[in-house]
Amino acid sequence: MAGKTLFDKIWDAHVVSQIDGGPSVLYIDKHLIHEVTSPQAFTGLEKRGLKVFRPQNTVATPDHNVPTVDQHLPIKDQLSAFQVNKLTENCEKYGVTLYGLNHPSQGIVHVIGPQLGITQPGMTMVCGDSHTSTHGAFGSVAFGIGTSEVEMVLATQCILQPKPKKMRISVEGELGRGVTAKDVVLYIISKVTASGGTGYFIEFAGSAIRSLSMEGRMTVCNMSIEMGARGGLIAPDETTFEYIKGREFAPNGADFDAAIEKWKQLYSDGDSEFDLEITYDAADIEPMITYGTNPGMGTKVSGAIPTNGEIQESNKKSFLKSLDYMHFNPGDKLIGKDIDFVFVGSCTNGRIEDLREVANFVKGKRKADNITAWIVPGSKAVEKQAHEEGITKILEEAGFKLRQPGCSACLAMNDDKIPEGKLAVSTSNRNFEGRQGPGARTMLASPLTAAAVAVAGKIVDPRDFI
Amino acid sequence: MAIEKFSKIQSTAVPLQIENVDTDQIIPARFLKATTREGFGDNLFRDWRYDKNGNPKPDFVLNDHLYKGKILVAGKNFGSGSSREHAAWAVHDYGFKVVVSSFFADIFKNNALNNGLLPVQISESFLQEMFQAIESDPKALFEVDLENQEIIISSSGSKENFEINPYKKECLLNGYDDIDYLLSMKDKIQAFEVSRV
Repeated sequence: MAGKTLFDKIWDAHVVSQIDGGPSVLYIDKHLIHEVTSPQAFTGLEKRGLKVFRPQNTVATPDHNVPTVDQHLPIKDQLSAFQVNKLTENCEKYGVTLYGLNHPSQGIVHVIGPQLGITQPGMTMVCGDSHTSTHGAFGSVAFGIGTSEVEMVLATQCILQPKPKKMRISVEGELGRGVTAKDVVLYIISKVTASGGTGYFIEFAGSAIRSLSMEGRMTVCNMSIEMGARGGLIAPDETTFEYIKGREFAPNGADFDAAIEKWKQLYSDGDSEFDLEITYDAADIEPMITYGTNPGMGTKVSGAIPTNGEIQESNKKSFLKSLDYMHFNPGDKLIGKDIDFVFVGSCTNGRIEDLREVANFVKGKRKADNITAWIVPGSKAVEKQAHEEGITKILEEAGFKLRQPGCSACLAMNDDKIPEGKLAVSTSNRNFEGRQGPGARTMLASPLTAAAVAVAGKIVDPRDFI
Repeated sequence: MAIEKFSKIQSTAVPLQIENVDTDQIIPARFLKATTREGFGDNLFRDWRYDKNGNPKPDFVLNDHLYKGKILVAGKNFGSGSSREHAAWAVHDYGFKVVVSSFFADIFKNNALNNGLLPVQISESFLQEMFQAIESDPKALFEVDLENQEIIISSSGSKENFEINPYKKECLLNGYDDIDYLLSMKDKIQAFEVSRV
């Protein structure tokens, strides 16, 4: 009998029951909720007269809709205030732990889970947010769900889910100078396409993936959904254990040692089988940037937008529609394009390592006059650490505007919107039409590239400056 | 709480000949501030449908009086991106009962099924046949038969079968919902919890 993949080991250990020809009843270890996709689920519980089945397994924080200035004041936007207050009310009523707006542990839900040690190898985790795949960096099966499914988890700690197919993407070799985790994942998406991972759960493997820090691994797993995959995961190793050790909800002492022994079993057996395997050479990856309106439309910063002739006939219409929105032409070179906004933040790149990278680059430099540069830490803890490390000061001296934690301009639910027609280089995860505000144009890149662009005022290859 | 039962419908269709329609197009994030499930249809495809002053854009298909119906026919990879169930609510709330495409994003498909909105995945060639049928006659009728898993172009009789998970098919035909099913499994879930300790 063939061995098991990492994904199989975790999934199979959480199947309560299997419906013939249908989905599995999957037990969920940790459930994260936020203000936008949970209110209707709580209303559903109320209508059915139910309690939260295992309130200790759900953790809440407001992030999507919160302002990133003056967080100590009442929220001005009435609808946002109502939604955030509703989360507080629901958590109080149903006994769910809430890290509210002024709590030192508040932040983007996918930043605080790992930071608090809630995210651990071998777990199943869900959240009403597609970037829940971030937690897969720890060797957990983590994926985004809809609000009806949030209600299922609140009511029964389980969801009904068909088992996805399995894909392994290996990146072998050493990453070049100036090539970061974000470039790795943008490269992968540009190859697999924005829908190529649909129906799959992806294991990321190979020496280049193993060489990444936990922050870098989170960036890679975070964007699994941008290939259409439900989630991505990486086998836990010493880097993982070292990151978890000592965190608030991590096991302690002998319990931690016992946990490590268990976690060390979490890898794909040598003879396990995947439905699809792809290998990339790390040496082929350069700093990346997107030019279109889905994350698969990316290329190396030093490259050009494909020409008409390079696009398949069947894809031409959407390719041209996309470029029309971006005000770009087929064959355009990317270097030298003028940029208006730089946004550093989000669950993809709003962690301390990302802020450090930007600070290292801009230290002693200043942003270009034509650039508005926003930095939004992923959590209160990241914000605090940035102050303590002197990062805040460096960034402010370079002309960056530091805002308070939240999802911010990644999805522009609050006031942090890129104005219509303006072009932004963003460290977030989606370049969809209007994602960062109606009419806003987004190019996705790494924090390092974003920092270099902020200083130059136009698209540049960061390797020319390091 | 039951979902609406679905068996068979015959309707005209609205053609949305755009690929990779992501959930930010279906319902932009700034309209996700409601705490109920109703009313999202008003902002379905908001930024394609209205200009910044809220005036309907005449060239968008939902603003073209020629096209009406309970079936939305869209280009491949419909519903990619965010997990917001609001996207399925918006499509359903607007009045669609079926979305047809040659490819769906996973989360959207689950969300649709949980709300009595039937995603029908067909071949790219049948999709093009449907677009052509609508183009030559905006009043062309289509039949979607869940029991037999068939979609039919009424005028030509041309048809194709579609896949659906047998469990989900039962749920839709009978109006069952997943939460009722899971609640009926409580004993098993508790036994599972005990077995893991």
